[in-house]
Amino acid sequence: MFNYTLRRLLFTIPTLLFISLVIFLLLDLAPNDPTGNLPLTIPPEVRAMIRTNLGLDQPVWWRYILWLRQFFVYEPLNLIEQMFHITIGDGHRLRILSYATRSPVVDLIVERMPQTLWVVGMSYVVGIMIALPIGVISAYKQYSWFDQTGTFVSMIGFSVPTFFTGVLLIVIFSVMVPSDSFFWFPSIYDTTLKVTDLASFGKQVRQMVMPVFVLALYNAAQISRFMRASMLDNLNQDYVRTARAKGLSEQVVVLVHVLRNSLIPVVTVIALGIPQVFGGAIITEQVFKVNGLGQLLIIGIQGADIPLVQTLTFIFAVLIVLFNLVADVLYGILDPRILYD
Amino acid sequence: MPDGAAPILDVSDLKTVFTTRGGEVHAVNSVSFQLAPGELLGVVGESGSGKSVTMMSLIGLLPMPPAEIRGGQVMFEGHDILKMTPAQLRAVRGRKIGFVFQDPMTSLNPVFTVGFQVAEPLRRHMGMRKKQAWKRAAELLELVGIPDATARLSDYPHQFSGGMRQRVMIAIALACDPQVLIADEPTTALDVTIQAQILELVRELRQKLGMAIVWITHDLGVIAGIADRVMVMYGGQIVEQAPVRELFANPQHPYTRALLETLPSVTGARSKRLKTIEGQPPALGAHPTACPFRARCRHVMDVCHEQNPAITTLDAGHDVACFWDATTGEARHV
Ligand SMILES: Nc1ncnc2c1ncn2[C@@H]1O[C@H](COP(=O)(O)OP(=O)(O)OP(=O)(O)O)[C@@H](O)[C@H]1O
Ligand SMILES: [Mg+2]
Repeated sequence: MFNYTLRRLLFTIPTLLFISLVIFLLLDLAPNDPTGNLPLTIPPEVRAMIRTNLGLDQPVWWRYILWLRQFFVYEPLNLIEQMFHITIGDGHRLRILSYATRSPVVDLIVERMPQTLWVVGMSYVVGIMIALPIGVISAYKQYSWFDQTGTFVSMIGFSVPTFFTGVLLIVIFSVMVPSDSFFWFPSIYDTTLKVTDLASFGKQVRQMVMPVFVLALYNAAQISRFMRASMLDNLNQDYVRTARAKGLSEQVVVLVHVLRNSLIPVVTVIALGIPQVFGGAIITEQVFKVNGLGQLLIIGIQGADIPLVQTLTFIFAVLIVLFNLVADVLYGILDPRILYD
Repeated sequence: MPDGAAPILDVSDLKTVFTTRGGEVHAVNSVSFQLAPGELLGVVGESGSGKSVTMMSLIGLLPMPPAEIRGGQVMFEGHDILKMTPAQLRAVRGRKIGFVFQDPMTSLNPVFTVGFQVAEPLRRHMGMRKKQAWKRAAELLELVGIPDATARLSDYPHQFSGGMRQRVMIAIALACDPQVLIADEPTTALDVTIQAQILELVRELRQKLGMAIVWITHDLGVIAGIADRVMVMYGGQIVEQAPVRELFANPQHPYTRALLETLPSVTGARSKRLKTIEGQPPALGAHPTACPFRARCRHVMDVCHEQNPAITTLDAGHDVACFWDATTGEARHV
């Protein structure tokens, strides 16, 4: 197991290098001019100087190598310095700078991360916590009214896009409901809100309710279907009959024997879905004005902010590769039949 | 059957029906039989004759729906199992009646250790603590002939061979020292040498522990060696039952006779091809009103199309359900 994990980890290095190259080259092909958004009064010579200063006159392979050095050496070192309040070396390194804001890209990302983790991450957790019991009960009581309702709701949750449910909720709970009612919820996520006491905590919870609900519905729809299918697969297995023949209670049969087997594929699916949390549900963040990573990416794309887009995209790629590995390792831990060495 | 002993299991008039999309399937039709303490009852019959469904019905292991028990009584220790609450039923299953199923490859839970699975009924029924149950599980594995038992407790089912897994299943079934062991084709999925080993093991265990056994198989040859009494099923009914020697020496029902002819003879010429019974198994769409075997029977008479023959007791516990008398070769005079 350990050897396998190590081997897989080593194997991620060439994979990630390749992905980074593709991302770098693709974005390099984009017909973008970082000076394009500057005032028209700036003369061409000055623009050329700006470009030279940004290093854009260098050959592409050299810029790639410099970027690699920044991404894999400089930025991690900076993060470590900030986290532990120490200085490594002289502490002066060239950082990946955003074209638009001229500030380090990684700082922007660190700034946006908490909102995304809170809203999108919370919705994932809530979604899972709703989905698992629903999946289990739906399968155990297949074709019951509970199962039928679950099927219907998850069909809706799955097929209605989040920008629709989001706007619908805003129309109902922010517009139609009077603003002094308990059922009124803010449609705009206020990042400046600091949780200091109970009242502000309540406010924070209230502003998270709608975006979390929208995303949780979507996640739960997907995962509960998966859980249900996996449970159904297992409920008909011979070992379930053996468990019943032992005189075990239905709870033990279903929640120990069947559930343990059914969770194996579901856990891997959940692990594979985690990178999407970081990717930020881009659309939902837009709808509720949550200034998270998803929104940052959209701003970056609209402003032709190549370093920002490059870095974000690559971070998502790293997460996807990493959580693929996590899913595989989890599978091996959960299923004793799988031998990885 | 040891004479005079009160039966430990007394099944009468059991009827089980499945409701499927294609209509009803009458899988068990008025089955009655008794099992004496310590007796080994063999149950034979071709595939689909209702052997498994009969045994599963009497301990409530069938999924309901689609299954439904339409009638009958299963007396066990003075109580009708069919009338028990689910909780009472669970107290019997695995505690007083143990089960071994056909396919050892799929009958164990793949994600729990063998030790956990053997210890489970002990903890459930015998009130044992984890440690104690684990120790007893090791003894049980040893009892069923698994070498290095203590070490193997923490192995998973996939680390065992088919024969070893069936031994584990037997250990689970016998964990709580049941009065009855129901073995549903426990050796069918195993190869011949392993089959012989499992048979030998069961024979030994029976001597040691003295439980009654119902052994389901579609191989009369297997039954001949170990059973005290044999019950032949066809189309969801019992067509003949007799002590094993009597059945082999004096088979009455045309189906039993045909079954015996399909056995490869020990003494006979090898060159002869194995015989098979011509024809299709009966449709089970409704409760039978005529003999289910009539379409394939060599001795079919007019009456066979009109009535379903009742059980006739010949002598010494030899029952048969047939209008034709094998001794005279004519219609039976009742
Ligand atoms: N879940 C079910 N739904 C519908 N019909 C069923 C179901 N289970 C069994 N049956 C039917 O009941 C009849 C008896 O089946 P059973 O499994 O008892 O046969 P068997 O004698 O054990 O055969 P085998 O030797 O193949 O195990 C068959 O006709 C089968 O199709
Ligand atoms: Mg069967």
